[in-house]
Amino acid sequence: MAKRIDVSDLDIFYGNFKAVEGVNVSIEPRSVTALIGPSGCGKSTFLRSLNRMHEVIPGARVEGKVVIDGQDLYGSDVDPVDVRRQIGMVFQRPNPFPTMSIYDNVVAGVRLNARKMKKSDLDDLVESSLKGANLWNEVKDRLDRPGSGLSGGQQQRLCIARAIAVQPEVLLMDEPCSALDPISTLAIEDLMTELKDRFTIVIVTHNMQQAARVSEQTGFFNLNGVGQPGRLIEFNPTEKIFSNPDQKATEDYISGRFG
Amino acid sequence: MTSLDTQRRKDAQQSKPVRSRGDSTFAGLSTGAGILILLVLAGVAAFLVAESLDAISAPAEEIAGGEGVWSYVGPLVFGTLVAALIALLVATPLGVAIALFITYYAPKRIAATLGYLIDLLAAIPSVVYGFWGLAALAPAMVPFYAWAEDNLSFIPFFAGPASATGRTMLTAGLVLAIMILPIISAISREVFSQAPALHREAALALGATRWEMIKMAVLPYGKSGVIGGSMLGLGRALGETLAVAIVLSVSGGITFNLISSSNPSTIAANIALQFPESSGLGVSTLIFTGLVLFVITLAVNMLARYVVNRRADFSGAN
Ligand SMILES: Nc1ncnc2c1ncn2[C@@H]1O[C@H](COP(=O)(O)OP(=O)(O)OP(=O)(O)O)[C@@H](O)[C@H]1O
Ligand SMILES: [Mg+2]
Repeated sequence: MAKRIDVSDLDIFYGNFKAVEGVNVSIEPRSVTALIGPSGCGKSTFLRSLNRMHEVIPGARVEGKVVIDGQDLYGSDVDPVDVRRQIGMVFQRPNPFPTMSIYDNVVAGVRLNARKMKKSDLDDLVESSLKGANLWNEVKDRLDRPGSGLSGGQQQRLCIARAIAVQPEVLLMDEPCSALDPISTLAIEDLMTELKDRFTIVIVTHNMQQAARVSEQTGFFNLNGVGQPGRLIEFNPTEKIFSNPDQKATEDYISGRFG
Repeated sequence: MTSLDTQRRKDAQQSKPVRSRGDSTFAGLSTGAGILILLVLAGVAAFLVAESLDAISAPAEEIAGGEGVWSYVGPLVFGTLVAALIALLVATPLGVAIALFITYYAPKRIAATLGYLIDLLAAIPSVVYGFWGLAALAPAMVPFYAWAEDNLSFIPFFAGPASATGRTMLTAGLVLAIMILPIISAISREVFSQAPALHREAALALGATRWEMIKMAVLPYGKSGVIGGSMLGLGRALGETLAVAIVLSVSGGITFNLISSSNPSTIAANIALQFPESSGLGVSTLIFTGLVLFVITLAVNMLARYVVNRRADFSGAN
């Protein structure tokens, strides 16, 4: 069910401030695409515009086109709620619902999408999603405990389980490993490699090795100066970006000679 | 266990943890404030008990009504609870709805104005509410009471006969509801607006509509705040004196009929109405009813605490 994403001439605003300018990119289905770049260059902003989460911020808006399998996400007849049901998101800070049990967290999205499901089907879904997120063994004995009682890394994997439980077509991840130890990070990277058979994955990361390890394509965002909009400077296969990038700025950034 | 271990443990007990001067000053101040509250509370309770002993120990015939303090206070307790309960049942959903509208639905300018207007309701003195209830709300409710008697009399609350003046338990409850609405909606608004963006976005990103987002991330988070606000409101409704004394037409005892003109009074209103003409045992009896009100309020607050704490694990505070 993975889908291809075509972005053309995308400008993204917070009120009058243009945060991202002129993005043109084509994201391949069934692959992992990494977005890298210095802090504040608009990676999160761009990512959030792919599932219309950007506009939940007051005053935030988008100009340009995002087309997923032929459908314009920002078409006037498109309900953002439907978009978000098809495009899952994992945030930088783990955000399981603190008032829900682990079990209820995993099925939260499913309950929204399809209200009626047999208990046994739900149980199976919880198990398969938690296994998919590499969390099952750690929580299988306490599914009725609050999700906020888990460690940070476990919470993040719970959020991944919650996102994949609804079988989205695209999975967006904003620095999903930034709060995790190396072992949990590796677990999540393995998970991405597994998941890309079924999903289109876009991940924002500050970790170059991670981008090199998990992604097929890499996009480099940069900005010319404070107050300037961020731009997608280069988008190429990951190997090329990390061996001989087209742009000098990319090379500088990757080799740490930045700024 | 080695002796070294024991020694170390002793050291740990004896050596005081390092503390800054400011820290210990503040700890002292706040402990003092806490103790002061307890002392005041204990003082009030002791006063109430001491002053009502006369009435409790007096022979039943000498108490107003002639059947002892418990029979005297019974209908008053009932009236107090019914009026406060009506107020709570009306004001809580309304207050929560207003708070949600202000925080998540209304355009900014309307939200600010509305919030301001609701806060203004809290500034109106209760005697004004009383006269408003008597002069405006009660007459306006008369047609409804007549209709309810004709069509809904199978429900005990609307058994009738309908009051011709509208000065019924239901009117009193509604006046109280409006009086406690600002507290409930202000506190609900506060907690709703603090529902973490992190969790609201989590809900939205899963494809929740605004209402579903509110159900998943805002209401559970604000629940204990809403309960707390309702309890504050309930406290005010239980103790409200003037408005009820003015609005409610009092005669008769316990009844679930909310639309007639014979109603039990409430404890606070009864004290206000009877106190000027009382002396001796009469005063003691009234103070006894005050003690009962004190206990009820305390019990309500403890119940609220219990409800709020019961699922503290899931409150989102951790
Ligand atoms: N809610 C907001 N309101 C206004 N401006 C914002 C908001 N969020 C981000 N911005 C601005 O948009 C620009 C891009 O921010 P964004 O969060 O997308 O950067 P980023 O590339 O994700 O950075 P980081 O790597 O630190 O997460 C920044 O200049 C930032 O100040
Ligand atoms: Mg970011």
